[in-house]
Order: sequence, then C-alpha cells, then structure tokens
Amino acid sequence: MSDTKRIWVLIEQEEGKAHPVSWELLGAAQRLAAELPGAVVEGVLLGDGVEGIAAEAYRYGATKVYLIDDPVLNVYRNAPYAYGIANLVKKYTPEIFLVGATTLGRDLASAIATRVATGLTADCTELAIDPDKHILAATRPTFGGNLMATILCKTQRPQMATVRPRVLPSPTPAETGAGELVREPLGMTEADVAVKLLKVIPTDSGEQVDIEYADVIVAGGRGLGAPEGFKLLEELAELLGGVVGASRAVVDAGWINVSRQIGQTGKTVRPKLFIAAGISGAIQHRVGITGSDFILAINSDPNAPIFSVADYGIVGDLYEVLPELINQIKAQRAGHGAPEVAHA
Amino acid sequence: MHAIVAIKQVPDTSNVRINPETGTLIREGVPAIINPYDAHAVELAVRLKRQFGGKVTVITMGPPKASEALVECAEQGADRGILISDRKFSAADTLATSYVLARTIEALMAEGPVDLLLFGKQAIDGDTAQVGPGVATRLGLPLISYAVGVESFDPIARTGVVHRRTERGIEVLQTTLPALLTVEKEIAAIERAPLADVIRAAQYTPEVWSASEPVAFDVAKIGIKGSPTIVGKAYTPPPKKAGAAVKVAEKGVASTVTEALAKVKAAGVVKI
Ligand SMILES: Cc1cc2nc3c(=O)[nH]c(=O)nc-3n(C[C@H](O)[C@H](O)[C@H](O)COP(=O)(O)OP(=O)(O)OC[C@H]3O[C@@H](n4cnc5c(N)ncnc54)[C@H](O)[C@@H]3O)c2cc1C
Ligand SMILES: Nc1ncnc2c1ncn2[C@@H]1O[C@H](COP(=O)(O)O)[C@@H](O)[C@H]1O
Repeated sequence: MSDTKRIWVLIEQEEGKAHPVSWELLGAAQRLAAELPGAVVEGVLLGDGVEGIAAEAYRYGATKVYLIDDPVLNVYRNAPYAYGIANLVKKYTPEIFLVGATTLGRDLASAIATRVATGLTADCTELAIDPDKHILAATRPTFGGNLMATILCKTQRPQMATVRPRVLPSPTPAETGAGELVREPLGMTEADVAVKLLKVIPTDSGEQVDIEYADVIVAGGRGLGAPEGFKLLEELAELLGGVVGASRAVVDAGWINVSRQIGQTGKTVRPKLFIAAGISGAIQHRVGITGSDFILAINSDPNAPIFSVADYGIVGDLYEVLPELINQIKAQRAGHGAPEVAHA
Repeated sequence: MHAIVAIKQVPDTSNVRINPETGTLIREGVPAIINPYDAHAVELAVRLKRQFGGKVTVITMGPPKASEALVECAEQGADRGILISDRKFSAADTLATSYVLARTIEALMAEGPVDLLLFGKQAIDGDTAQVGPGVATRLGLPLISYAVGVESFDPIARTGVVHRRTERGIEVLQTTLPALLTVEKEIAAIERAPLADVIRAAQYTPEVWSASEPVAFDVAKIGIKGSPTIVGKAYTPPPKKAGAAVKVAEKGVASTVTEALAKVKAAGVVKI
C-alpha cells in the first residue's frame, strides 16, 4: 500500500525501561494521524533484550513496532543506534518521525537526520498538520523563548521533530493492545564501534529527583534570599507530596542542584500544582511551567511577570506567606477546618 | 596536536527583544557574542595545546562581522581563524551548516592530521544542538555530545577518555581519535589570556573562505537551497490570561492564604 503514511515514534529506552516521553509522542502521533489521510502510528525500538517494551507501545497506540535487538545496542551509543535506525528509515520510508528531546534523543535524531539528509526541528512545543499542505507544522520557541517559529519540511522525508518530555500530555494506556512486531538486523558488530562505555557515575541519588513527572512542585528563586530558604519549600513540598524546583538564578548561585532547574535550559514540567515563591518569572522560566494545571505565585513585587501566567497570585513576602500556608494546611488536615475568612 | 573548534557568533539572547507588530527581532543594540559554550570549547583546545604542543584552528560560517569572533578566539590563544563567508551560505539550516563545516574540516584534514573537533553543546540563538552531531555523522567520526570533562587525552596513542552528562549520570567513555565533542561549560573554565596572545590577536586577520575557494562547495547543498526546513511563520507567544492576585498588605496574611487555598481546592487539581 504505497499511500500509507507512516508516523514513527522512537520508543526510547535505557536499561530496559522505556522513557515516558515515548508515550507522550505516541499520543501526539495519533492526533496527527487523525488529520492525515492514510496515516498509521508505528514505533521504533532498539536495544538488547527489549522486546517486552513493544507490548507497552501497542497499549499506547502503536500498531506496529520495528525492533532491532542486538548486544551491540546494550548501552546507548550514537553510531550503532543512528546506523540501525537510518537503515530502517531508508527501507520503510516513514512520512513523519518523532523523537523525544532528551539527551539521548537529541544526540540521536540529529545523526539520523544527517544520514538520511532530511530536516529536523528541535525542541518543539506544538505539532500539527498544516491543513492545506498536509505536512507537519512543528512549532518551537527560539531566541530564548521570545519568539515562536513554525517550521516546515517541504520535500524531504521523513519530516523529523524532537519534542521535550512533558510538553505534551501523557495519554492513558489501553488495558490491552496488540500490534505487529517487525524484526530487523543491526548489521554492525562491536568492532565497528569506536566509542566504549567504561562506566556510569550515577547522579547523587539525593539529588536525583524526577521533577518532570511530579504532580506538585514548590519552586523557589532568588527571592528566597539565601539557600536556607529551600528548607521552607521542602517542608511545604513534603506536606503536599511534591518536590522542590528552582529558577536558574539560584542554580547558578549554587543554592541547589541543576537537576532542579526549570525552564528553557532546565526542565519542562506540567504538575497539577506549581507554586512559585520568589521567582520573577522571566520568559525563560515561564516557558517551562505553562503546562501546569494550576500556578500559584508568591512574589513581593506586584509587577513581577510570574503573575501574568499565574492562576492565582499572592503579592507578599514569602517568609510571611509560606509559613502561614504550611500552618493552614496542617490545621485543615488536623480537622480544625479553615479559619473564617475575615471580610473587609 | 591539532584541534579544530567550530564557533558561532550569536546575538546575546538575554538582551533580545521582539517587535510585537512585525514579530521580528530587534537587533539594534543587541551585542553579538561568541556562543558561550563555544568559548569554553576554545578554552579546552588552548589548554590541550599548552599541554601537548601543536595548534588550534577556529572556524565559523557567518557574515563578515563574524570575523570579530575569530579575533577574540585568537586572543584566547587560537592560532588560526577561518571565516567561511558568502551570500550563498545564507539562510542555512542545520543540515546545510553541517555540510559546510564538514567539508571545511575535510579540507583542513587534508593539510595534516587532526586529533580533536570541538563544538558547543548548542548555539543559544536556536538551541538546536544539531550541528555537532551532524558534522560527526558526515565525517564518520566518533561523537561524544554533552561532554563535561576530559579525563585523559593521548594524541600519540590516539585515544581519549571523556565524561559526558546524561539524565542518569556521568558516562565515562573511551574513544579513538580524532573524535568530535560537543561541550558543556564545565569542560574548561575560561582563564585570562596571556598578554602575548592578546598582542598577537590585535595584529591578526582571519582568513576568509568563499563558497568556491579554496573549497568548491556543492551549491545544491548550501544556504537556502541545501536546507530542507523553512520557517513557515514566526510570532510572539500570546500572553496567557492572568488570574487574580491578592495583596497581603491589603488583606493580611491569614485571610490571603485562606483565599488562595480555597482557590487551589476549587480548581480540584490536588487534594490539600
Ligand atoms: C539563554 C537563557 C536561558 C535561560 N534559561 C533559564 C531557565 O531555564 N530557567 C530559569 O529559571 N531561568 C533561565 N534564565 C534566566 C532568567 O532570564 C532569569 O534571570 C531567572 O529565571 C531569574 O531567576 P529568579 O526569578 O529566581 O530571580 P530574580 O529575577 O532576581 O527574581 C527574584 C524575585 O523574587 C522576588 N522577591 C524578592 N524577595 C522576596 C520575598 N521576600 N518574598 C517574595 N518574593 C520576593 C522579587 O520581587 C523578584 O521578582 C535564562 C536566561 C537566558 C539568557
Ligand atoms: N555557523 C556556524 N559556524 C560554525 N560553527 C557553528 C555554526 N553553527 C553552529 N555551529 C557549531 O555547532 C554548535 C551547535 O549549534 P546548533 O546546532 O545550532 O545549536 C555550536 O555551539 C557551534 O560549535
């Protein structure tokens, strides 16, 4: 069937565990497929002993998974992964190919696009099908988030895009799912690979928090005044079952680990509740939080730009507001109910 | 030891403003700087040169003005600067850019052996992080992106051990040389240049290569012709409608917080 338009999604995995951005992309691929006649959604999976992940991909909507399973692919390295996938692309000629904009995905997507000589749009925040041209319209922020640009790839195929984790909503998987597994050989041996992984020094486990997938984030900025201010945020975060995040200013100042940084050069988050305390809300920070369901901002400056994206704002000193917030939550939990609102 | 560093002159995006009517960049008064990651790449190259002897070549594709950036690299200790500049290169996307840089590097490799190619992790104007991996792919050389440290480097045995930052930790990778690294800022802290280099740079004029000399680039692969992607439209992101804000100074902290909590609860997003 020559008019089948394959929309491919890289099922990213490391150590046998799929990265959730893969499911976010399968969700997006299905929305695109609905706008593109003849489109089918398929996954691409590489690794060593990772066949089991294909079943997960079916539950998220892939009808077919192309699998290259080979010991050379045991740990991620650019050359064998790019080589294997480029060969799949040449053989099956997908129309669109989506990859997560993770460290692995960005490294890999660029090498694939170069091998097959096609266009790649990095770090997209929105994907759509152009209704007139029936091609992918990939929108991304540029110039530090000041400008949005919609990029098109008119003639070359596939049209490739990377999308950051958490920019798109996570779909709910079906209870069961079935699809077709297509196995392909890698065609490369370990002797062909110039880069060897000697070891991995894990990120300090105390610092390794998954802020991208947290439901509640209590984030602090320079308004905390000193690194000790994070203790207050931790207390509130713990109370709400959330984690602590930060602006770049305080990461640069060394108050907190870079793994907590939110924004254009940090992580994109989409928690249910985002509390910003002492964060001015520069554009580079705002782009990382707009997917949040509810933003509560606390800032002493009524003109702080963070209020422009907040669902609710408190103009005040965070050192007055946060302890009160903690107290009231504790009081409510203890069953005392909220104190009466004193109407002026 | 010969290291080649690819650098880009970029507008300082922390100062960029957009004309809200036209949706275009206001470039006036915005200083052009060396892409910050690239400056650290130059520093690493210069450090290795001091340790092992040899030379550092810096290349950039850009408008005539980008020559300034090469002079700055000479100040930092680079020996040779090449500006690849021609109207025919303009509007290049990352595929066309990686083609031009790869062909340029090939030409330099034909002059003599090269041990290391250094790129920034990404350019802050576009943040794509595609050009470095693209060039490595075109040249068929080992790629280590997001490099944060060089543990060992042996231009005689032609191997190196490099640290790379990923989500799960620091990967320690061994590679053959030449290899291509894209670097984070931690790769090398920028130190003050020795006076001799600053004086030499003041006299230095970088070479200029065109689309036809000394390398004859394939015109179908450069500039707008060689770029599969185009910008369909550009616009300033629409502002989100802001929610209400209450002032502690007006209502007192207790009732302000109570109201805020009620709002959060009403939104039904989390159980308080
Ligand atoms: C290319 C580029 C990329 C960037 N990427 C990122 C990124 O990924 N993430 C990011 O966060 N930033 C990023 N930035 C930096 C960004 O522009 C801002 O400088 C940064 O977000 C500011 O951090 P801040 O809000 O903590 O500090 P500030 O801007 O200094 O704001 C502190 C705020 O605290 C308030 N305040 C002070 N005292 C109190 C108090 N007692 N109670 C309540 N409020 C108080 C002040 O009114 C002020 O609004 C980037 C910049 C550039 C140029
Ligand atoms: N026009 C250019 N000339 C030379 N090097 C470039 C150019 N564009 C990008 N680079 C290099 O590629 C890196 C990544 O750029 P980018 O892929 O655009 O984010 C930069 O840090 C530079 O080292």
